[in-house]
Amino acid sequence: MVSRPASKPDLTFASDHSLLVVFGDEISPEIHLEVLRLTSLLLQESGRDILNVHPGYSSVLITFNLSITSPPDIERKVRHLLTSMDSIEVPRRREVEIPVCYQGEFAPDLEHVARHNNLTGAEVIRLHSSAAYVVYFLGFTPGFPYLGGMPKEIATPRRPSPRLAVEAGSVGIAGQQTGVYPVTSPGGWQIIGRTPITLFDSRVRPPTFLQMGDHVRFASVSRADYDNLSLHRAGTG
Amino acid sequence: MNALRVISPGYLTTVQDLGRFGYAHLGISAAGAADPLSLRLGNLLAGNPENTAALEMTLLGIEVEFEVEAVIALAGAYMEAAVGGQTIPLWRTEKIKPGQVLKCGATLNGVRTYLCVQGGIDVPRIFGSASTHLMTGLGGFEGRPLRSGDLVPLKAPPSPVRFRPLQLDPKVSAYLKPQDALRVTSGPQADSFAREAQEIFYSSSYEISQESDRMGLRLKGPELPGTDASGEILTEGVSLGAVQITHLGAPIILFVDHQTTGGYPKLANVVSSDMHTVGQRRPRDIVSFEKVSLARAYELHREQESLIHEHPVGSA
Repeated sequence: MVSRPASKPDLTFASDHSLLVVFGDEISPEIHLEVLRLTSLLLQESGRDILNVHPGYSSVLITFNLSITSPPDIERKVRHLLTSMDSIEVPRRREVEIPVCYQGEFAPDLEHVARHNNLTGAEVIRLHSSAAYVVYFLGFTPGFPYLGGMPKEIATPRRPSPRLAVEAGSVGIAGQQTGVYPVTSPGGWQIIGRTPITLFDSRVRPPTFLQMGDHVRFASVSRADYDNLSLHRAGTG
Repeated sequence: MNALRVISPGYLTTVQDLGRFGYAHLGISAAGAADPLSLRLGNLLAGNPENTAALEMTLLGIEVEFEVEAVIALAGAYMEAAVGGQTIPLWRTEKIKPGQVLKCGATLNGVRTYLCVQGGIDVPRIFGSASTHLMTGLGGFEGRPLRSGDLVPLKAPPSPVRFRPLQLDPKVSAYLKPQDALRVTSGPQADSFAREAQEIFYSSSYEISQESDRMGLRLKGPELPGTDASGEILTEGVSLGAVQITHLGAPIILFVDHQTTGGYPKLANVVSSDMHTVGQRRPRDIVSFEKVSLARAYELHREQESLIHEHPVGSA
């Protein structure tokens, strides 16, 4: 059995009703695994004292019900849970492919990303769709994946001012991150494509297409394929 | 049909209960009443459990026709209100006859007033809650603010309705009087701010900006020198009431509709027992911040809870 480095997370009260468990200050697969383990462990806890679990790149924020527990009690509970981290089985790793049409109206910022990095649009698409990504966590809006693994060659800063509405399914770049907008929302990411996949649907279980820890690839598809996939999904929905 | 017919929706009226918990790891925000204390007390006055779905009105109240007999209570910021042309007080159980119209005016001393109806607003519970999250269109009445002509379903009340006139306990009324300073505990990145930034933050007055909403309250005032980490941190979970400092040096108080995660450093966090007053701060109001210990914040919460649980309401 391969032994895991002992985790020595740092515990800080972020407020009178939330405790922040910090495993490090960098984005790394090892730290992500710790975050995934603690998140899984906390979600299995059925107690009413924990209200919400917010995983991040290298931390987990635990929101608790101040009317049921107290800051010292929750700290004791979390410290105890951290000692049983080794026993937790993380969900089996899933490989997920997301079809993306990187063309025309779906890719309003593709040219900008290409110019910013001295590349052609085709090179940006090739780099974006050939990398292997990991869903570090879901946050921001329902089902929004924070993905790690984007090639540095296509990193591009956010737009100077956010768009009021970015369509659901839009694939974007912000700095060294890439992600997909599950619901139409305001946003400042550089939009380079769109997927016909529905990433969030409150009527199905689980409601999010992607889960924390998933391994993701983007597959470049034509506009015709995009339309076919959309129709197919509409027909089965 | 048991329903309210919306004649005029007011400025921004949404269905809210005490919020949606247990799904932050999927990116689903809690939402919920901006002044949860007023919602809870309004529900008690209307003969409901505290977490019953009600209408949250903002700055300008609604005009609605009741299709059926109903028992209601208005709770929160003071506004003129009349039933069938007769003025009714806030914080008191009222009976409404079928076909009568409730007309609410503008709030005079706060932002939000709750219309609690016995039985509650009958909307589907999405992820365990009736609360509306405006940015994502989740929950509430079709995920959006009410409009003229909407028929808002009501849960069938007991027949006949239970009408026991109640009013707020004077001790609770006195407690609800607003204070200037918001009490805060230290935020998770407080230590990464220069001492100078802390001194400015705790000694200054800030004005609530017009661009404030259920996502967050933007504050105008002296800019704060940033952190050493060029103004951004690795994206992490954020708490209700967190005071985050953007790279422009302007504080934002994260409010009930806030996103589950964020990348700005947090200098402080409003204590739980003061959050209801955040929901009543108007644009241009002045706020300042007073630092308290975690233990004191917990004590303040317990004091509030025992006040609410002992004698919240009494016979009118």
